Amino acid sequence: MIPALIFVVSALTLLQFFVSYSRSVIAELKAHELSGELREICGVNARALAGDQFQHLSQLIDLCPEAGGGMHSVRAVLFYFHLLGFARALSNWAIPSASLWIEKERGGCAYAAAVVLDRRIAYNRMMVAQQASH
Amino acid sequence: MLGPVDKFIWLVVTLVHLLCLVCVFKKRALSQHFTIVLFLSASIAIGIGRYFIVLATGYTSSSYFYFYYYSDAVLTICLFFVLMSFYSQVFSEMGVSNWVRIGAMLLLGGTALISYHMVASSSERLLTRFAFEMSQNLYFVGVVLTYVLWGAMMKMQENRTRLIQLVLGLGVFLSAFAGSYALRNMYPDLVIWRYFIAILAIWLPASWAYTFLKVPDEARMATAQVVSPAAR
Repeated sequence: MIPALIFVVSALTLLQFFVSYSRSVIAELKAHELSGELREICGVNARALAGDQFQHLSQLIDLCPEAGGGMHSVRAVLFYFHLLGFARALSNWAIPSASLWIEKERGGCAYAAAVVLDRRIAYNRMMVAQQASH
Repeated sequence: MLGPVDKFIWLVVTLVHLLCLVCVFKKRALSQHFTIVLFLSASIAIGIGRYFIVLATGYTSSSYFYFYYYSDAVLTICLFFVLMSFYSQVFSEMGVSNWVRIGAMLLLGGTALISYHMVASSSERLLTRFAFEMSQNLYFVGVVLTYVLWGAMMKMQENRTRLIQLVLGLGVFLSAFAGSYALRNMYPDLVIWRYFIAILAIWLPASWAYTFLKVPDEARMATAQVVSPAAR
């Protein structure tokens, strides 16, 4: 009985802590302005991105070498994005009014992915410039 | 004996702990987060100890079982120290740090006593069972304490981004461990436990390393931004 109770409470707190953690990572990344270069490459021209752009951006992130320590945030946001996809499928059936909020959150994930990609492109450009100067 | 997957997981876990330790030193956060350094150092030392015990005696030996669960209890107590330091930082302006320390120590002792009572009153009366019960209960008390801390941070509108992410990362880790231990208590014979718990251990040092590396100490964020979408 006690282990079952501990499991249920822990699962609920895990969900709440993970959602809050992911949102804190996204909020921190959203404080960064996207460069004009990234807007041009990805065809992004607004401050808010659509959730559907996330997959495309995460594919581009995989193509771009890491700038050190950023992989954790990408994985956390990716997992949160999939969690939102699951929530969207559920809400369409149970709470249709939640769809707007979920789409906004998915857009936040896409913006966070764009910031990570922007950082990686800047890092790679810097590395190329350093190699060229030697 | 250790297979290639076990060795790979052990290596990744140890390297991520080391990376986090390097990040704390690199960002000169040793004095502010000494308890995190204590936990990471203990975790690395215990990880190495477990590796050599498995090599010498095997996964199914009682030596490994005893060492695993008692060292796990030591690591959980180190996490309590980390939690206490977070409480001290959040309540630093209210001057209640000493009360927080006393309260956490009482809770720690109380949990050990309750775990002992639960095992002593059962028919098995095994010391190994006590170690397992105590780990499960300590993780759960850790979850409750982290939840209370997070509630206090929201109420007090705590805005230090680094502290917010450190606390939430710890909350995810403790909840995942408490849940896994409870599930393991109900289904002890599942094969996945051997790898699952080890992989879960990567989360905490990875999230802390990210926070120290990417979030400057002076960064600020509204707690409401993390909790409520309406606050944006």
